[in-house]
Amino acid sequence: MRLVGRSLLVGLWFMFLTLPLLAVRVNTITETVEWRWLNLVWVGLGTFILSLALALWRQRSESQPQRDDGEGDITPRWRERLFHDQTVYRPLLIMALLATLLLPWLVDIYQINILVLALIFVVLGLGLNIIVGLAGLLDLGYIAFFAVGAYTYALLNINLDLGFWAALPLGGLAGAFFGLLIGFPVLRLRGDYLAIVTLGFGSIVKIVIENEDELFYGAMGIADIPRPGLLGLDLSLDQSTLYTYYLVVALALLAIFVTNRLKDSRLGRAWIALREDEIAAVAMGIDMAKCKLSAYAFGAFWAGLVGVLFAARNTFIHPNSFTFAESALVLSMVVLGGMGSIVGVTLAALILVLLPEYLQGLAEYRMLVFGGVMVAMMVFRPHGLISPSRRRYTRPQAQGEEG
Amino acid sequence: MALLQVENLCMDFGGLRAVDQVSLSVEDGEIVALIGPNGAGKTTFFNCVTGHYAPTGGEIVISPPQGERARIDGLKPNRVTALGLARTFQNIRLFPAMTVLENVMIGRHCRTRTSLLGAILRGPGTRRQERETIDTSYRLLEKVGLLDVADEFARNLSYGGQRRLEIARALATDPFLLLLDEPAAGMNPQETRELDELIVRIRDEEGLAILLIEHDMPLVMNLSDRIYVMEYGCKIAEGTPQQIRSNPRVIKAYLGEQDDA
Amino acid sequence: MDYFLELCLGGLTRGSIYALIALGYTMVYGIIQLINFAHGEIYMIAAFIALIVSAILTINGFTGVSILIIAAVIAILYAAAYGYTLERVAYRPLRNAPRLSPLISAIGMSLFLQNYVLLAQTPDFLPFPELLPEFEFMDPVAHLIGSAELVILVVTTVTMLGLTFLIRSTRLGKAMRATQQDMTMARLVGINVDRVISLTFVLGSVLAAIGGVLVGSYMGQINFFIGFMAGVKAFTAAVLGGIGSIPGAVLGGVVLGLTEALAAGYISSAYEDVFAFGVLILILVLRPNGLLGRTVRTKV
Repeated sequence: MRLVGRSLLVGLWFMFLTLPLLAVRVNTITETVEWRWLNLVWVGLGTFILSLALALWRQRSESQPQRDDGEGDITPRWRERLFHDQTVYRPLLIMALLATLLLPWLVDIYQINILVLALIFVVLGLGLNIIVGLAGLLDLGYIAFFAVGAYTYALLNINLDLGFWAALPLGGLAGAFFGLLIGFPVLRLRGDYLAIVTLGFGSIVKIVIENEDELFYGAMGIADIPRPGLLGLDLSLDQSTLYTYYLVVALALLAIFVTNRLKDSRLGRAWIALREDEIAAVAMGIDMAKCKLSAYAFGAFWAGLVGVLFAARNTFIHPNSFTFAESALVLSMVVLGGMGSIVGVTLAALILVLLPEYLQGLAEYRMLVFGGVMVAMMVFRPHGLISPSRRRYTRPQAQGEEG
Repeated sequence: MALLQVENLCMDFGGLRAVDQVSLSVEDGEIVALIGPNGAGKTTFFNCVTGHYAPTGGEIVISPPQGERARIDGLKPNRVTALGLARTFQNIRLFPAMTVLENVMIGRHCRTRTSLLGAILRGPGTRRQERETIDTSYRLLEKVGLLDVADEFARNLSYGGQRRLEIARALATDPFLLLLDEPAAGMNPQETRELDELIVRIRDEEGLAILLIEHDMPLVMNLSDRIYVMEYGCKIAEGTPQQIRSNPRVIKAYLGEQDDA
Repeated sequence: MDYFLELCLGGLTRGSIYALIALGYTMVYGIIQLINFAHGEIYMIAAFIALIVSAILTINGFTGVSILIIAAVIAILYAAAYGYTLERVAYRPLRNAPRLSPLISAIGMSLFLQNYVLLAQTPDFLPFPELLPEFEFMDPVAHLIGSAELVILVVTTVTMLGLTFLIRSTRLGKAMRATQQDMTMARLVGINVDRVISLTFVLGSVLAAIGGVLVGSYMGQINFFIGFMAGVKAFTAAVLGGIGSIPGAVLGGVVLGLTEALAAGYISSAYEDVFAFGVLILILVLRPNGLLGRTVRTKV
């Protein structure tokens, strides 16, 4: 009963908070006030129920026998099997792969186009996952590297008539270069300073593109960027979309493969160690500057790479595709998926792009939900939906086979 | 030539002199203790030696058994570790979200070389190196008695377990000198006894020298070949445990403090 | 020369607003070492509430300074409530989490609040009523500095003096400084640390609200996004002056405001934000502790 009372108070408090903004809307031209009391009722009801549910949940988990702190310590059985039992996860992976490859034959071209976008964001998520998830460097301007890749292709194409395939690696390298450029001076900084500097960097890139008409075609954007070419063949729009789809699938698979390899390598472990405790990591002989820079450059590389693909898919790029909202979107993928978890980030990227696309009513609330999700994840499940599992290693006696 | 030779080390923080003209040496195979009341500057001294602070005066020279004499003051911590000094921390600093084994594997970082490309392609060279890293790490876990929790997250270990894991992680860097910052802090008598044995065994089996900061007097007296005593940033005594025990300045500064309490 | 002076006074006005918001960042950072990304949104929300209240009052026949006072008071109260709630919901549960968690939570909160206002109100700019009075005695210098600017300068100065007094001389100020030095120790000597932190948020929000009302009527229009940019700028000011330092925040705000005004006036106003960020990056790289900040050494 006390809980209900408290929740009631919470509901009333939020009704009070939202009163001026949600219930009132003034029209400053006609000088009329519109009262929307119903909104307030919803807020009160919603927060009341939420607060009650939370309180009950908390009460229940307190009354249960004390479990260990944190996630992943008491891994549920099914997850244990999903990630460590080859006979379980191998077929699942193969099925997922088959579905991905066959999908374009089942859906129409419009859907494929959306899937391409979703997969582009998968690669972005995986790239940012290296920087934020593994190395623990909060980057709020990640989309800038994506922009660098996209503009690299567009400009090389206009000025030097370079094709997609020549631009692809160059876009990646340009991304990595900018990663080093911004990373070099600021990596000594503490984490939160880094966050704000990257935020600034992201904004600067966008403002510069927007205002430099001569170099970057400014706020008009760049149109007529060629789609990816296939051995000089003339592809119809549908064929080209299909081709782009397989390209981005290949790129996403490559990104998954590479980050998976890196995660459990000497370098990947060093990144995680730096994330966990910088001072201890350095005392263990890890070269902080080198490791952080490599994480930064490598994460930016993927953004640059997939930026080229983005430009080729859209055939039109514009500075407004590269705002803070996009950076925040990619960041929420990493946060939602579980920092460092490859499966999690991949799934989160798909969900966050596809869900608003198919639930049009939701699209409006997208950013609101992302923001809410980031807070809720940090408060309730800081390790993400799928917390990163660490690899097990066999002991010396059992030679050969590992994993 | 001493393994570690510190001459007139000084460390100033603004106007405060935390370490004042301290000299200290560690010979091959020795266990040397650095003791003193809280705030005497022991950990600051450690931090200077291991490169976390750049000392404002004096010099630190190492002469590794295999390797060249080198001045190390002012080097970055990772360079110092690469040269063969490894440390543990007074307030335990593990990598909580990594497994126990992976914590030790981090120690191998400076003794292995894998490029970004090597890690992605995972060629035979890389695989051999990984295997070697894993094997060494398991061996060290066995030595400190943590073999059966190798796959646990480091944050789930007991306090004593975490301290021992720090030692294993430090050993993985192949040091010739191990610096332990209050390894027995927070341990019960049983654990302290085991730690005593472990330290001696490490010295004998790994063939390295040990410099430790410790407050547990029985442990220090029992373990050390030589003892240095610091107070208010200055060195006030040095000698064998026997000499230290009967040194009037030490009794006044250090043991006397216990009488007051 | 007049142009230069005009730019300087404009920069000073703008800088004093930055300083007001920067104080909120600096106080929160000083106490819990968190960049409260959502702080700028509090400022934006306060501006919206002031606009709504003054519109209702105008329709109901109120006039003159009474509108300003009532709107400002309600906006300030609401900002305080939002600041308090923000801390309770998004930061307090993360007091002992890894550093990255509260930061991400803060960014999430910022996004949430921005879009909350966007959805609840409008994505467009709203015209903000001119609440600040026009003084006749300002006429001789009106080509250099307007009445609104004068009001802003006076109000911010008074507010900042008040804050300095509060922190130097009151019990709450003492508790805040103690908490800033060592949270555990402060708790041990009987300071209710949670309450001090809540009050810090409330205080910071009040300052942001004052800034919001002033800016709203000075610029004449507001939208949901003004908080974000102002937040970043104010944070820059806080870092510039040395985060955690209250005179530093003021100095940083003024320096940043002047830099921006001069850069916009003599170079290009499109690159105004680039200059702000450029200053931030330069400061962080060259002098990470800011102009008045102290060196903080990480304990090993």
